[in-house]
Amino acid sequence: MIFLKLFFEFFKTGLFAVGGGMATIPFLYELADSTGWFTRNDLANMIAVSESTPGPIGVNMATYVGFITGSNIAGIPTAILGAVTATLGLIMPAVIIILIIASFLKSFRDNKYLDSAFYGLRPASTGLITAAGLSVAVTVIFPQTVSLAGFNWKGFILAAVLIVLMNIKKLKKLHPIVFIAASAVAGVVFSM
Amino acid sequence: MTFGGGYAMLPILQREIVENKKWATEEELMDYFAIGQCTPGIIAVNTATFIGKKTKGVLGGIFATLGLVFPSLIIISLLAGVIEAFSDIVWVQHAFGGIRVCVCVLIINAVVKLLKKAVIDKFSFAVFLAVALAAFFTDLSPVIFVLIAAVLGIVIKNAGGKKA
Repeated sequence: MIFLKLFFEFFKTGLFAVGGGMATIPFLYELADSTGWFTRNDLANMIAVSESTPGPIGVNMATYVGFITGSNIAGIPTAILGAVTATLGLIMPAVIIILIIASFLKSFRDNKYLDSAFYGLRPASTGLITAAGLSVAVTVIFPQTVSLAGFNWKGFILAAVLIVLMNIKKLKKLHPIVFIAASAVAGVVFSM
Repeated sequence: MTFGGGYAMLPILQREIVENKKWATEEELMDYFAIGQCTPGIIAVNTATFIGKKTKGVLGGIFATLGLVFPSLIIISLLAGVIEAFSDIVWVQHAFGGIRVCVCVLIINAVVKLLKKAVIDKFSFAVFLAVALAAFFTDLSPVIFVLIAAVLGIVIKNAGGKKA
């Protein structure tokens, strides 16, 4: 019944993740903790792969989580079933909602209650992503224990370098895949 | 084929849907995008469903969406399989060690961009800070925060709406 749960969890994510692919991260982070289907490190890997491949990040994430969860059951066949289940779960609420509101588009767009709901939703969604990002950062910077001995100083330096590089005007427009690839090389060279 | 989320899709849609296929006008496309942003779900999925529905009805909406997610399904499944197979190799692990650091920085960048749009006054800043702290320090489901924030937004804006 793991596939039913997988579908339901992604249905929930699709319904409540407001404002783009990154908004799915808090939900997946919670899912990692509550089910143990995949680890926090897996999640960080998934974000990297989702950012560097074609397709909407949220959809990529769902496929990836479904694939990993399924492959832990009985290899490739269940992995593919998991990927399809999670992806369909994620897009189902959006498809239903859009099909309904497409019929009365104009009145929907000017609805003041909807507009004011998003006044609260946008900062909340940003807050959720911040918290999830912080949690991922803690697992990356302190891979084993949160202590001075467990401090991943190589990772910390790489992060600092990346922040500086990404804020240089000429490099700002580069696709994230460039930085991800460079970080992979740095990871291999400095055994991170 | 879109890299990097829903927004990356807009220029491609403009060329294909508006100029080549004439399924929607430029204005309609912007409308779909605006609604895609302010409805639950992934912006790209919402937009695809919208265009499909408008062109060929409910079935069109469903097929357009399936078409959108199909490449992701194939590419990610292949990649995930390959990565799983090689995940025991030490240098692959090192590479992902570096990549995870990059992911943290990418999330920080995404948050900074979102903040500029989402935090526009004292109320939205308070919501952002409260949710960020509460979500980081407690195990509450994100669903709870989303629901409370939506209700708060409606209450605050409509109670103080006359001033603003």
